[in-house]
Amino acid sequence: MNKVMFGRFIPGHSWVHRMDPRAKLVLSFLYIAVVFFANDFWTYLIMTVLLLASVAASAIPLKVYIRGLLPLFWLMIFTVLIQVFFGAGGHVYWQWGWLVVSQNGLNSAGLILMRFVLIILVSTILTFTTEPLEIADGIESLLSPLRKVHFPVATLALMLSLALRFVPTLMDEAEKIMNAQRSRGVDFGEGGLRQRIKTIVPILIPLFVNAFNRAIEISTAMEARGYQDGENRTKYRLLKWHGVDTVSLVIYVISLGAVFALRYFS
Amino acid sequence: MATEIKFEQVNYWYQAGTPFAVQALKNIDLHITPGSFTAVVGQTGSGKSTMIQHLNALLKPSSGTVTIGDQVITNETNNKHLKPLRKKVGMVFQFPENQLFEETVLKDIAFGPQNFGVSEADATALAKRMAAEVGLDESLLSRSPFDLSGGQMRRVAIAGVLALEPEVLVLDEPTAGLDPRGRLEIMQLVTQLRDEQGLTIVLITHQMDDVANYADHVLVMGHGELIKQGSPREIFSDPKWLEAHQLGLPSATKFAYELQQAGFRFDTMPLTVDELADELAPQLQKGANSHE
Repeated sequence: MNKVMFGRFIPGHSWVHRMDPRAKLVLSFLYIAVVFFANDFWTYLIMTVLLLASVAASAIPLKVYIRGLLPLFWLMIFTVLIQVFFGAGGHVYWQWGWLVVSQNGLNSAGLILMRFVLIILVSTILTFTTEPLEIADGIESLLSPLRKVHFPVATLALMLSLALRFVPTLMDEAEKIMNAQRSRGVDFGEGGLRQRIKTIVPILIPLFVNAFNRAIEISTAMEARGYQDGENRTKYRLLKWHGVDTVSLVIYVISLGAVFALRYFS
Repeated sequence: MATEIKFEQVNYWYQAGTPFAVQALKNIDLHITPGSFTAVVGQTGSGKSTMIQHLNALLKPSSGTVTIGDQVITNETNNKHLKPLRKKVGMVFQFPENQLFEETVLKDIAFGPQNFGVSEADATALAKRMAAEVGLDESLLSRSPFDLSGGQMRRVAIAGVLALEPEVLVLDEPTAGLDPRGRLEIMQLVTQLRDEQGLTIVLITHQMDDVANYADHVLVMGHGELIKQGSPREIFSDPKWLEAHQLGLPSATKFAYELQQAGFRFDTMPLTVDELADELAPQLQKGANSHE
């Protein structure tokens, strides 16, 4: 479990760490949206440079980001293969029955792979540099206009932060239970599919039982401290927009604007 | 056949090679002799739990060697050959009731042995015997483990580990969260297993009274290192050192030190209530006589 890097927070004091979570959220979403407009070498070059600059500004080695990509390796290979074999059109390089490798197929496979990597990396910057609770705060703040239409923003944010908060706890717990069952002679990751499915039961049942018990305890603890759903609540941590946020925003808007300009006006 | 456990220069890093790398064990050398009762004490986060996970190779040392019986485990040891160790060294984790999952108590206790190739009929017979051993009433065996009380669930979990018929039993704070009677019963069960069946016991505990009452060897861990080891009498002979490492004294010993300041004399510091009583009785008698 400890090997999972994707979606983890790495403490630090870099430029990106100091940014307002709202700014990071907005820039990430902006970036992801613009990735879909990039379509040639120059636009991808801008996107890649912008990403690498952001990685550098996060003061976390690129190696660590790459390790975050590894769990998704097979998914990427699969997507690329689908594109290679089923993207028809253009010059045909190779053909075997219904499997065709064509120019368009290779092109779109390259595009998809590039987009995949860029999108994952930009969201990894967000999760590496922002504490889960900060992300939840940021989302709450960004969604707060929806209060006007009676959307339960605070409740949603609470659910989100509780869920995020207990991901590591549940993972720890899963590991403990696995260790206990391993000590009772369970072989994880061995044998056929049937055997493997059988080994999941001794983990999942205790994990569910514990999760439910914990949820009940948390709700009791919250009520004991006077929590009431839907009340207006003040915040301990206030979000503040700083200079770094404005500068980052300007850099992103200029770079992403350049991508648009290249796509539509050149 | 007795299983001996030896650590030589064992180091362990969590998440080695990542920005989160933490060294949890530093140059640990230790020796657990067959039939002994070893207590492991130390503050939270001192590496006790990491250390015991090496005892049945749930963790492999990052460097150094762990020898369990005739099997040597290093960082390169293949995971495939570790299963027999799990039968030799039974592991009762903290709050072991969290590992229960079967429909009935009996099935849950019989789960372990079946993983090691014991037939269902034999495992069930074994489970019944172990349930009796830990003091579970027969009427509970057909119930769901989730319907039992916390103390009963813990016994089921311990019985589930005992059903593996291990030679070494490792217990990580088995009495945490139990009432005084439950605690006493679990500790009595543990000593009985050692005295009557010759099991080697390794016990992690924060209860210095348990250390004084039951252990014959004590390992003190601090910041991932083994900072002291010896008999309970050696360990508890230096109250200042214990205090500096945020470890307490057994209640009888603590009381004896207080009595010493009030003028009582002890040739050897008592560790248990019985020893304290033996030391006090003659002095009180003398005191009573001198007042006459």
